[in-house]
Amino acid sequence: MTVLARFDHVTRRFGKVLAVDDVSLTIESGTILGLLGPNAAGKTTLISLLEGLRRPSSGTVELFGGSPGDYRNRQQLGSTPQETALPVTLRVGEVIDFVSKHFENPLSKAAVAEEFGLGELLKRQTGALSGGQKRRLSVALAFVGRPKLVLLDEPTTGLDVDARRTLWEALRRQHERGATVVVTSHYLEEIEALAQRVIVMGKGRILADDTLPAILSQVGLRQVRLAATSDDADRIGQLPGVVRQEKSDEGTTTYYVQNSDEMIVLLVRAGIDFSNLTVRGATLEEAFLTLTDPSHERSHDHKREVVR
Amino acid sequence: MSTFALTLVHAKYTLIETARIPVALIGSLVFPALALLFFVVPQRSVADSPEFATQAVISLAVFAIMSNSLFSFGLNIAENREKPWDPYLRTLPAPGIARVFAQVFSTGALGVAAIIPVIVIGALFTAAEASAFAVVLGLVALAIGALPFMLIGICIGYALSAKAAIAVVQVVMFALAFAGGLFLPPVLFADWLNTLSKFLPSRQAREFVIWAVTGGNLEPWVWIGIIAWITVTLFLALFLFRRDEGHRFR
Repeated sequence: MTVLARFDHVTRRFGKVLAVDDVSLTIESGTILGLLGPNAAGKTTLISLLEGLRRPSSGTVELFGGSPGDYRNRQQLGSTPQETALPVTLRVGEVIDFVSKHFENPLSKAAVAEEFGLGELLKRQTGALSGGQKRRLSVALAFVGRPKLVLLDEPTTGLDVDARRTLWEALRRQHERGATVVVTSHYLEEIEALAQRVIVMGKGRILADDTLPAILSQVGLRQVRLAATSDDADRIGQLPGVVRQEKSDEGTTTYYVQNSDEMIVLLVRAGIDFSNLTVRGATLEEAFLTLTDPSHERSHDHKREVVR
Repeated sequence: MSTFALTLVHAKYTLIETARIPVALIGSLVFPALALLFFVVPQRSVADSPEFATQAVISLAVFAIMSNSLFSFGLNIAENREKPWDPYLRTLPAPGIARVFAQVFSTGALGVAAIIPVIVIGALFTAAEASAFAVVLGLVALAIGALPFMLIGICIGYALSAKAAIAVVQVVMFALAFAGGLFLPPVLFADWLNTLSKFLPSRQAREFVIWAVTGGNLEPWVWIGIIAWITVTLFLALFLFRRDEGHRFR
């Protein structure tokens, strides 16, 4: 495994906003790295620092051993715009040609078209493409130069399920051919489908950096809400698997648990009186709170270990 | 791929993009030729005088280059900074200078396309005259005189949003054109306007090209002015370019 990129105590401010807060991180070859976090967590800023689009306010960013701001260090980098931003008047084939002219050893237009299902569209102006087609072309552009490191910022946001799966398959094939991929997303599902290593970000900091299963056990939470007496509510909070609890003004309590089925079985066996039970999946934002909540021991330790 | 080859690649695709929306070209390509046809050709006292006709043709050629430079730099840069395509291009392994030169080349190509009809109409329908050699000298002088306009365009593009840039470019363009003697010859100016005019890059470019084509004396304020404008706008453009990281919202 070789080191492709490195962040060393990197901080980036926009005016008073702290977008990236003292991040240290190493990206090695061979993995698909998922960068997971809610909007405004700093994922896109982190990517743009690696692309050389922005400079850190402090700390250093290294790409292939040099500065990402130097275009020569970007010869083996593949990236794609966050929004579908193709020049509307250019044809699909022209866009691929334009980008491939920048690289020493690009894929052929035919190979790119076949891999990403663009064969029929090469003569179309990009303005005439559907949302999914535009997204496929944008992602394809990241692979045109046979890059060693590919950065994909929200590659499937706004796509339907079929289009998303098609794109994921293409990404996995490219990864098997040797590309290291960094993919940002605020969908847990997407990270689950692609990533081997996962970094969870919130408010510009790294909250967790671990293997996919380890992260899933922390953020793949269910939300169980019920009404119980105050004493009982606290007893329920002591049940195994409950990560966090929140009392509301209406007398209900919300519990975040790793396995809601197990928790309810325990609840019933314990003979605790409750009413108005609802269960739903916790959103990532809610799950992330368990990683940032200082009262939550495990995440606290984890955070300290990562940030050091 | 070499920087020069990449420059040509970027210029080529910029021109393809522009050419696919031909209406966008009409303003800068056709307007100077129309102005010559409607305002100069019918005025036989100007059109029949070799001296005045040559000056009028040169003035409108300067105007063609100026409006092209201001629009294509000011608007393109301001628009591109707002589009996510431009940041994407900046992640490709191409030096920034290749993208800047590509803009200069594509603007230059359009500028040449805009002055050809002016020269042709001037030669056919007015008494304007110049040898082929003088025309070539004039084009070189035009290219030098255009530098301040390109740099002003770059400054506007990096300083303002696209919507603000359209308005500012138009105001700057017409102010420079009128006060620089590109529409009305400076001999008709009041003294104060004539004095003010000598400080403007449009007036300086006009006099510089007239000198290159017809000979005579080159007054020092012309070339000193051009150098001063290039220096000041170059530093301002570099400052604004370095400060820029795409569109900013406050």
